[in-house]
Amino acid sequence: MKIKQLSVFLENRSGRLYELCELLGRNKINIKALTIAESPEFGIVRLVVDKIEKAIELLKANSFTANITDIVAVEVGDQPGGLAGILKVLNGAGVNIEYMYGFVEKSKDKALMVFRFEDPDRAIEVLQKNGFGIVGSKDIAGV
Amino acid sequence: MIFNEKFECMGEAEMKKLQSERLSKLVSRLDSSSPFYKKRFADTKAAPGKIKSIEDIKKLPFTTKEDLRDAYPFNLFSSPLKSISEIHVSSGTTGNPTVVGYTKNDIKLWGEVMARSLACAGAVPGDMIQIAYGYGLFTGGLGFHYGAQELGLTIIPCSSGQSKRQLKLMTDFKPRILACTPSYCLYLAEDAKELGLDPKNSSWEIGSFGAEPWSDAMRCEIEKTWGMSATDVYGLSEITGPGVAHECHLKYGLHIHSDVFFPEIINLKTGEEAGPGEPGELVVTTLTKEGIPLIRYRTRDIVSIDYEKCACGRTSPRISKIRGRTDDMIIVRGINVFPSQIEHVLLNIEGTKPHYQLIVDRKERELDELEVLVEVEEKIFSDEMSKLKQLEEHIRDEIASVLGICAKVRLVEPKSIERSEGKAKRVVDKRKL
Repeated sequence: MKIKQLSVFLENRSGRLYELCELLGRNKINIKALTIAESPEFGIVRLVVDKIEKAIELLKANSFTANITDIVAVEVGDQPGGLAGILKVLNGAGVNIEYMYGFVEKSKDKALMVFRFEDPDRAIEVLQKNGFGIVGSKDIAGV
Repeated sequence: MIFNEKFECMGEAEMKKLQSERLSKLVSRLDSSSPFYKKRFADTKAAPGKIKSIEDIKKLPFTTKEDLRDAYPFNLFSSPLKSISEIHVSSGTTGNPTVVGYTKNDIKLWGEVMARSLACAGAVPGDMIQIAYGYGLFTGGLGFHYGAQELGLTIIPCSSGQSKRQLKLMTDFKPRILACTPSYCLYLAEDAKELGLDPKNSSWEIGSFGAEPWSDAMRCEIEKTWGMSATDVYGLSEITGPGVAHECHLKYGLHIHSDVFFPEIINLKTGEEAGPGEPGELVVTTLTKEGIPLIRYRTRDIVSIDYEKCACGRTSPRISKIRGRTDDMIIVRGINVFPSQIEHVLLNIEGTKPHYQLIVDRKERELDELEVLVEVEEKIFSDEMSKLKQLEEHIRDEIASVLGICAKVRLVEPKSIERSEGKAKRVVDKRKL
């Protein structure tokens, strides 16, 4: 149920993000979710794309430093309190979140969030036990 | 004044005779007391018994920085460790520093050459000197200390740093002489202004500046800013530390004490003696040292030499300011830095040799700044920001620990550091020295 996320190292130089996205776009790779963790000199761009194997090969061939991380895509009720509800459950079970961000599209009528967990397998178990929907990679393509 | 006229004004013929005697004695002593040199003489078929005159020095093999590196820590010492009175270290090309040892006589020699050097600059017994070179493993502070003691100066052993205190002591004690790196001297001028002091009214009349390269333009700036005479001191720990050569008040080259440190200038391409006035690598033989005497030590400094008697009265030859290096060593805040040391640090941390580059810069009237760029290749990349930050810090801490300086570390993208066809350009030096 885990999904692969692409992480790319970018210097904080004008145009680098554009060059990255242009490369993906030109090669018909679609971005489903994106966030940037920044520091003054560099950033880590995290992306969920539809063709990850092709993407990583492409990036390496074009001198980008990138790697793949496992993340979990969780359905969140699209109303006030939706996210808090999930976090309450995770908190209670002692599941640690490293970071999170949102998908561009919804999954049916629910919001879709990317979670990076310290222990993704445990997190999935806890969420599913509490009735939260996890979206697998096959279904991401359709989002 | 000339501190030791007998040697500093010795005639050519008498000097050659003295140097020949000393060389002959040195070589025969090393052949029996130094396992390193005994082997080196045998390997290169240099016959110690045949070394009678100073001209025969050409028959002897060179000694290099790599020899010192491989001998770490004490294998190049020619006296038993128990007779070594003091040890100093300076930067090595890898993780290990270069180690030198001084017997009691070597310390006396150091005091002698430094006393000559200070007198060269214009100091006289009774003057007060503020020594703002670092005291400790670095040879700067203690070298000046021994020389000042020998010459009969009153010493304020400030060591380096604490600028406001340096200026307060200067204002209250009124020393005539200042000894520190030239960039620190200009840096102090800024602090002085902040404290409401006029540098031109300082008590300093003479400065002995070195441990890093500095131009005539910088000399003018120091002299104009502080109203003092700025003289150049040259040295390297392998030979003794500061005091190998020093400018006299005429500032027309640095007098090298050739009765104890015999100089040769070697043509870089041929390895033979360079022509008159031609720049080449300075090679020094320590004729009387006991702890770690060196035969034909390649200093990697490029200079030219002038054997004409100086108008100051000294006959000791004069070397020019250092014009360059034969290797890629740079000096940052008076500390020697070899790019290969950075390589060593990175290899130890990551087990990889990522591409790196050193950027050195110095803003006007500020101190040197070193930035180390490291390309982030897959092996060291992490998705977690905190891990990358930790990596930066770890590299910075290791550099500080191995090199003794604080460098800024910047992670950069792969291929962003210029590749060259030949030797990699490890250092970008933006300073206008």
